[in-house]
Amino acid sequence: MLVDLIALFLAASILLYSLLAGADFGAGMLEAFVRGDRAEEERKIISHAIGPVWEANHVWLILAIVILFMGFPKAYTALSITFHIPLALMLLGVVLRGCAFAFRHYDVARDRAHLYYAAIFVLSSFLAPLMLGIVAGASLLGATSPPEAGFYAAFVRPWANLFSFAVGVFTCVLFAFLAAVYLIGETTDPPIQRIFVRRAIITNVLAILAGIAVFLAAEFDGLALARMFAGRALSLGSMIGATVLLVPLWVAVKRHRTHLARVLVAGQVALVLIGWFRLQYPIIFNSRSDPLTIYTAAAPDPALRYLLYALVVGSLIIFPALFYLLKVFKWSATQEA
Amino acid sequence: MKQFSKECASPSSIPRKLSTQAVVSARAAPRQIGSYAVHAMFTCGPLESPRPAELTTPVTDLFAARSQMAISLGFHIVFASIGMAMPFVMAISHWRWLRTKEPVYLDLTKAWSKGVAIFFATGAVSGTVLSFELGLLWPNFMEYAGPISGLPFAWEGTAFFLEAIALGIFLYGWNRVHPWAHWASGVVVGLSGVASALFVICANAWMNAPAGFDWVDGKPINIDPVAAMFNRAALHQGLHMTIAAFCATGYAVAGIHAIGLLKNPASAFHASAFRIAVFIGALAAVVQPLHGDRLAKQTAVLQPAKFAAMESLFRTAKGAPLTIGGIPSEETQTVRYGIEIPGLLSFLAHGDFDAVVPGLDQFPREHWPPIAVTHIAFQIMVGIGVLLAAIGAWSLFALWRRPVWLHSRKALWLFALCTPLGFIAIEAGWTVTEVGRQPWIIYGYMKTSEAVTPMPGLVYPMMGFTAVYLLLAFIVTWLLVRQFRHVG
Ligand code: HDD
Ligand code: HEM
Ligand code: HEM
Repeated sequence: MLVDLIALFLAASILLYSLLAGADFGAGMLEAFVRGDRAEEERKIISHAIGPVWEANHVWLILAIVILFMGFPKAYTALSITFHIPLALMLLGVVLRGCAFAFRHYDVARDRAHLYYAAIFVLSSFLAPLMLGIVAGASLLGATSPPEAGFYAAFVRPWANLFSFAVGVFTCVLFAFLAAVYLIGETTDPPIQRIFVRRAIITNVLAILAGIAVFLAAEFDGLALARMFAGRALSLGSMIGATVLLVPLWVAVKRHRTHLARVLVAGQVALVLIGWFRLQYPIIFNSRSDPLTIYTAAAPDPALRYLLYALVVGSLIIFPALFYLLKVFKWSATQEA
Repeated sequence: MKQFSKECASPSSIPRKLSTQAVVSARAAPRQIGSYAVHAMFTCGPLESPRPAELTTPVTDLFAARSQMAISLGFHIVFASIGMAMPFVMAISHWRWLRTKEPVYLDLTKAWSKGVAIFFATGAVSGTVLSFELGLLWPNFMEYAGPISGLPFAWEGTAFFLEAIALGIFLYGWNRVHPWAHWASGVVVGLSGVASALFVICANAWMNAPAGFDWVDGKPINIDPVAAMFNRAALHQGLHMTIAAFCATGYAVAGIHAIGLLKNPASAFHASAFRIAVFIGALAAVVQPLHGDRLAKQTAVLQPAKFAAMESLFRTAKGAPLTIGGIPSEETQTVRYGIEIPGLLSFLAHGDFDAVVPGLDQFPREHWPPIAVTHIAFQIMVGIGVLLAAIGAWSLFALWRRPVWLHSRKALWLFALCTPLGFIAIEAGWTVTEVGRQPWIIYGYMKTSEAVTPMPGLVYPMMGFTAVYLLLAFIVTWLLVRQFRHVG
């Protein structure tokens, strides 16, 4: 019971991280395709959209990690050991993205340095979600070996496979799609809105293709993903729901109901993640030698209890504050002077 | 104390590592550990403690992991300290702007907030790296420590959120929220920064003064996260760190604006900035040695081996002398070139010139921390602390009675030269704390060598992260110089 509640908080942090910070990364990826005479304008909108919120969005990742190491220490340990390399690369992406963004925004001089900031910002916006997705896919696949099996088998092969890579790519595309739809509402300038709508269409198509690729790669790597989906009503339902939601989403976009479109796309991505969580539940790390469920990896009761208190009290403080932040920057018409 | 001596008589009840059957309560221990009890715990019993992890983990990997941890923390702490203190420094000038409407204070607040935004972003991402690195580098430590001492990190999460949210409002909300609400958002950034630091120090202090579990058969049971969080080292370590952040940031900012004033003596901008920063830095610097003394007394009780290493006290002594400076040698067990003041160490540690201070001879050789590093780092911190306190006392008097003194070229030069000193003291202080705790990662319970990850080739991530941090440090400095040229 206690364990399930903590697991729920963990799932919620991952979900919110994806919906909020995921879009910040997605916006960074979209910047790679900025071209033409409106490029400067588009960049400005992107950095204006990310600026006030990205640090707060980023904290969901920290929260997820803290829940993992206090609540499920065995899973934190096992994941950190096996996925040292992709996690380190993800951190590299997180660090470079955050720094490049801040440097670019606050550097008073306008010169060549900005080209480098932009390049690093874009590349690291791809790197971090790719690695995150790879780790997510690899923890489901669980192609692990103990350290005695050698460096490659123990520390590389568990994540260097087609399925993990496909999940990584899917994560990137999904975040970019999220960002494209969110960004439509960041501007009132019709030509630029049209650019974002076009990007949303393209990323939507790519997301569907990447989703199919995940299933194919699963077959290739011997994971019965389709069967797992079929066996779990919630997963299957979320998958169907996510697909069906596309219809109202595109109606909303066409009618310029940008807020509604944001809510719908967030709901869609949330459904994909919920479907995935159900697929995993109760397994955190499907390690072949030693699968870890939320029950076997859980910390002793006192730790879970105090963690729960901290999370509940924390939520009571955080959510109103977060609401205020979004209200000030995302739901009000006034533009910064 | 008595109880421990009694336990030592029977070899089967030797604490923790020294015997796997041992049952030791870290909950009961803190109240009983006097300096003698602790060193007695280490001196009795079979001392050839098995170190299985060291046999399987190559020394270079352990060394790489330590270096990576040290570099990441040493990098983060600079940004974290600025993140704690700068919001308050800005709140002063921001407040003056709102009250007096003198434009110089608006310019100042805006200029500072531009610089600080860079520091905040770098602080946030480098902190994220740390929360992963605890697992990437020390998984065996985290498996045990996570549930016991993870609680402050859980609370820290809330502080991080508040800080990041308030920061967004502060940096981007100039024309969007009520001016005083905007001012308050800046203060919230500072308050939550200090709260984060206090929380994270609780976790670090727990490594120094473990509490809240019983150690049975090489595993912790009966864990009590609250007792672990409020361990005996937490309060004073946290206070010391907070004061240090204000001291270092105050002097650094004062130094930068002193340089501005040297170049452009008529600048009202630099003059206002300089006065605010001197005030904060000087106040903290005057308090720090007084509090440092209190902290040292606590270290003498909780971690006598670290204390002996800090002071290079090789032999237990009644009326122990204080050794200032000098280069200790572990081989000859002597200190060369140091100045000895008889009896002073006993007084500083226990408030009595004749008190007995346990030396390193009370501890088996394999439980010695690296003496030279610990001692020299401690001398650097205390040396800087005394210097900054003296300058601080003088500046506070000057601010109060003789403001012109501060604007003399000599004084400005002095402050310019002091710019990095506070941060050097912080790095030195952490070196004392962390290196002085070696070979333990959880003092008395788990060795660092047992905690490290089994993944080989750790030098590569270490070199990679080092390169990234060096690059970032370089860019941040370069950006500040650019910004400084721009405003000055
Ligand atoms: C501006 C920075 C600064 C200054 C001027 C001082 N310190 Fe300090 N000191 C720190 C910054 C610091 C620190 C970096 O913040 C540490 C590391 C761990 C901690 O909690 O604070 C620290 C640790 C630390 C410890 C080790 C605590 C432990 O591991 O148990 C002792 C004994 C002292 N300090 C004592 C002093 C004394 C006697 C000072 C007198 C001048 C002094 N410090 C000045
Ligand atoms: C909550 C705060 C901190 C935690 C949880 C923490 C934890 C650790 C851990 C797990 C290690 C590796 C094991 C060891 O060598 O002891 C370590 C080492 C180290 N840490 Fe800390 N640390 C903290 C604060 C700091 C800070 C702020 C610094 C600043 C410089 C620092 C400096 C070091 C150094 C220098 C080492 C290497 C010690 C050696 O040479 O063996 N630590 N720390
Ligand atoms: C003991 C020394 C430490 C102190 C005094 C300290 C203090 C702080 C402060 C004041 C901040 C907010 C300021 C800023 O964002 O720049 C911060 C950020 C952060 N710290 Fe540390 N910290 C320490 C060590 C650690 C350790 C050991 C960890 C990880 C286990 C850590 C994790 C973080 C994280 C994740 C953030 C980013 C929060 C955000 O996104 O706003 N810190 N730290």
